[in-house]
Amino acid sequence: MSDVVYGRLRALLGSAGVDRDPAGLPRAIPDSADALSLVCRLAHEEGWKIRVEGQGTWLPADAPADLAVSTRALDQVLSVSPADLVATVQAGTSMETLRRRLADHGMWLALDPPGRPERSLGSVIATATAGPLRHGFGPVRDHVLGCTVATGDGRLVKAGGRVVKNVAGYDLTKLQVGGFGGFGIVAEIHLRLRALPRADITLVARGTRDTLTSAARDVMAAELVPASLELLSPALAAEPDWVLAARFLGTDAAVQGDVRRLAPIADLAWQPLPADRTAAFWSLVARGSQGGPITLRLGVLGNGVDDAIDLLAHDLDENLLSAGAGSGMIRWTGDAPVERLRAVRRAAAAREIPMTLERAPWTVRRALGHFGAYREGVGQLVGRLRDTFDPGQCLQVALEASE
Amino acid sequence: MSPLRPDLLDELGRIVGPRWLRHRRAELKTYAMDGLPTRESYPGVVVMPADADQVRAVVRLLHLAGIPFVARGAGTGLSGGAVADPDAVLIALTRMNRIQEIDRVGRRAVVQPGVVNARLSEAVAPYGLHYVPDPSSQAACTVGGNVAENAGGPHCLKYGVTTNHIVQLQVVLPDGSMVELGSPHGEAWGPDLVGLFVGSEGMFGIVTAITVRLEPMPPSVRTMLADFPTVRAASEAVSSVIATGIVPAAMEMMDRACVAAVEASIYAAGYPTDAAAVLLVELDGQPDAVEAEAELVSRILGSCGARAVRSASSAADRARLWQGRKKAFGAMGRIAPDLAVQDAVVPRSALPEIMDRIAEIRDRHRLSISNVFHAGDGNLHPNISFDRRDPDLVHRVHVACQEIMAACVAAGGSITGEHGVGSDKLDYMPWIFDPDTLGAMRAVRRVFDPAERANPGKVVPVHACREWAAARGAR
Repeated sequence: MSDVVYGRLRALLGSAGVDRDPAGLPRAIPDSADALSLVCRLAHEEGWKIRVEGQGTWLPADAPADLAVSTRALDQVLSVSPADLVATVQAGTSMETLRRRLADHGMWLALDPPGRPERSLGSVIATATAGPLRHGFGPVRDHVLGCTVATGDGRLVKAGGRVVKNVAGYDLTKLQVGGFGGFGIVAEIHLRLRALPRADITLVARGTRDTLTSAARDVMAAELVPASLELLSPALAAEPDWVLAARFLGTDAAVQGDVRRLAPIADLAWQPLPADRTAAFWSLVARGSQGGPITLRLGVLGNGVDDAIDLLAHDLDENLLSAGAGSGMIRWTGDAPVERLRAVRRAAAAREIPMTLERAPWTVRRALGHFGAYREGVGQLVGRLRDTFDPGQCLQVALEASE
Repeated sequence: MSPLRPDLLDELGRIVGPRWLRHRRAELKTYAMDGLPTRESYPGVVVMPADADQVRAVVRLLHLAGIPFVARGAGTGLSGGAVADPDAVLIALTRMNRIQEIDRVGRRAVVQPGVVNARLSEAVAPYGLHYVPDPSSQAACTVGGNVAENAGGPHCLKYGVTTNHIVQLQVVLPDGSMVELGSPHGEAWGPDLVGLFVGSEGMFGIVTAITVRLEPMPPSVRTMLADFPTVRAASEAVSSVIATGIVPAAMEMMDRACVAAVEASIYAAGYPTDAAAVLLVELDGQPDAVEAEAELVSRILGSCGARAVRSASSAADRARLWQGRKKAFGAMGRIAPDLAVQDAVVPRSALPEIMDRIAEIRDRHRLSISNVFHAGDGNLHPNISFDRRDPDLVHRVHVACQEIMAACVAAGGSITGEHGVGSDKLDYMPWIFDPDTLGAMRAVRRVFDPAERANPGKVVPVHACREWAAARGAR
């Protein structure tokens, strides 16, 4: 079987477009959206199961499949338009490569997802994993203007567009952002960019969790506009205490003004990080979310952060944990048996808190599902949407728990 | 006499109360059009449910009877989306106008679909909060309609359009079942079905409760008015400001024809009538930051050729400057009996060229076009004044609209930025989407509405779709 698949892929993509992964599984390496769609069509026609891998740094490439599809040759920044603050980028491009290319033009993408700098843009989009900057710049969906997607049966859907405001047709892009690849494989993405800020200052305060969450509420009430306001567990921040980090981006005047206003709040000793340490600090936070095999996120309103952390601390641990004190997005990383994770999801659902499994080995994904507690009627809609975008059920994605 | 069966009318009357049924021709006239002047169609009957349960009962009844329906808010839409054919039931949601909940700490509100946009901001103002999306029709349009159209407005430049401010929806699906999409926080229980639903133009179901995000009022606001000797200079100024990285709360342009109409109306705002274009720029944030940004923006505007830049001196002055902008469409009523309000988007760097092109099209077809638009987003509104009783003029308007749209698409833009496709722009959809993508849209619509009875005939030109297998419900 494996040799048949390999042979067919080579016939389709040429010998440069196929290899085998370390376990010997045939792996297609398409270098264009069209080639990607051909691979999907072939798999659909043959009834082969596909698993997708990007740079291999976030979701493990371990789903059982007949072939792997790697986006590593879809690594081009196709266009950057500084005057329009828009770029078109292939999904396999690493976040670090993209960052450098955009910086050459004085631009940036205001996303700081968890994981390593090599992580692919496609992975960030498919899993909708925003980082601390979500506080000031919104979730991943707010940065995506459109995308080209190969469906499970090999059609190319070009959703959205390259302009910042667009209501032509249904917003199919939203389905792909955070769809975990269950509705197709993202090939190209139109991104909304920003001009690089002139000033970028991070201040940190240390203390007990209670002190810091209360301080975060004061910062919110004072109507400061940090780009990030993130509560970090001691292990994640590599510090003896909990840390509250506030990052301010913008013009010099705006940032200096906010830093001045922050000082008297909540009686905390805010310490500015030296400029040359800011990037390293946030990079440490991002990598910290890979300190265990499982990462999950909970979403709460700002005033529910404390309770949600308590829930995680009680049922799991509070070792590697970060919480957007304003955005209400809480991320936990660690290891735990499926039963315990299921209990956390149940406990969270009982408090009306959605829990999304962001990263885990296949056995856990399959048992738990990226999503798990649909409300009444939603499961049917999602199932029909999956049938629409993957009628042959080729895409090996565990959106829901398999019974 | 309604084309619908009398027993159906009786049953509808039993659900909503006979008082809330409209089926005489004179009563239906109000509902025969929306803000699009070129499409008129009388619905079979209008029902006005009082709450979600009544919506559900009405939709369920129509599902069993196989009758199409169209949901409608205030009817201010500009693409014909809220107009129903005679065989359809029009469900008017204006009675559902209660603000159900305000969470000032969590910055959320839950509203019924018929709540008027501006009323919501007024209701939360005492808590120092506001609802950001502010379409020009905000004094009349409803939040439910805003959700259907993914409405924009001047302040969407900095804060995003409707979809960025909606976190949860209670929806009655076309079969009468009810689902809750999203969560108050915004992190979904699954894929982003709220994002998919917003902007679906009433074709996926009817929203009966909407949870919106509220934002704090900015501590400081500065509104500046700049006037330019040419439209091109003003357009270049917009691009230059965007390129600095400053994100103004709003950046709006009005050309000479628009300014003349406003200044001759009761909405006169003191815009200089001898300018080729005026630019309204609003900055908000902390006072010191606004101060510094205003200085920089002012310098850029000057270096791009602004003849004068002035700041609003008081809240009243600011309100006056904005009133002229927001009532510009009304003011254009003075020019001619009818107004074709166009809506298209171009990449911001293409603004100077596209404005020249629109002027060329205007002159060639001997038309009167006033431009008033969200320049910072590249979202154009070239508005053509005309009289629908003059067939030759109507024809020229039609051709000019097509040419303008084609120019925007050729520049890499889109056929609508905030008004929606409705019935008005069906023919343009294949200009920007291929048959597979249109087919995907139709297939997604059928996930929510397999029989295609919710607002039939809008948004997706069925003839241009490549066929997709219907969802089989295999999972």
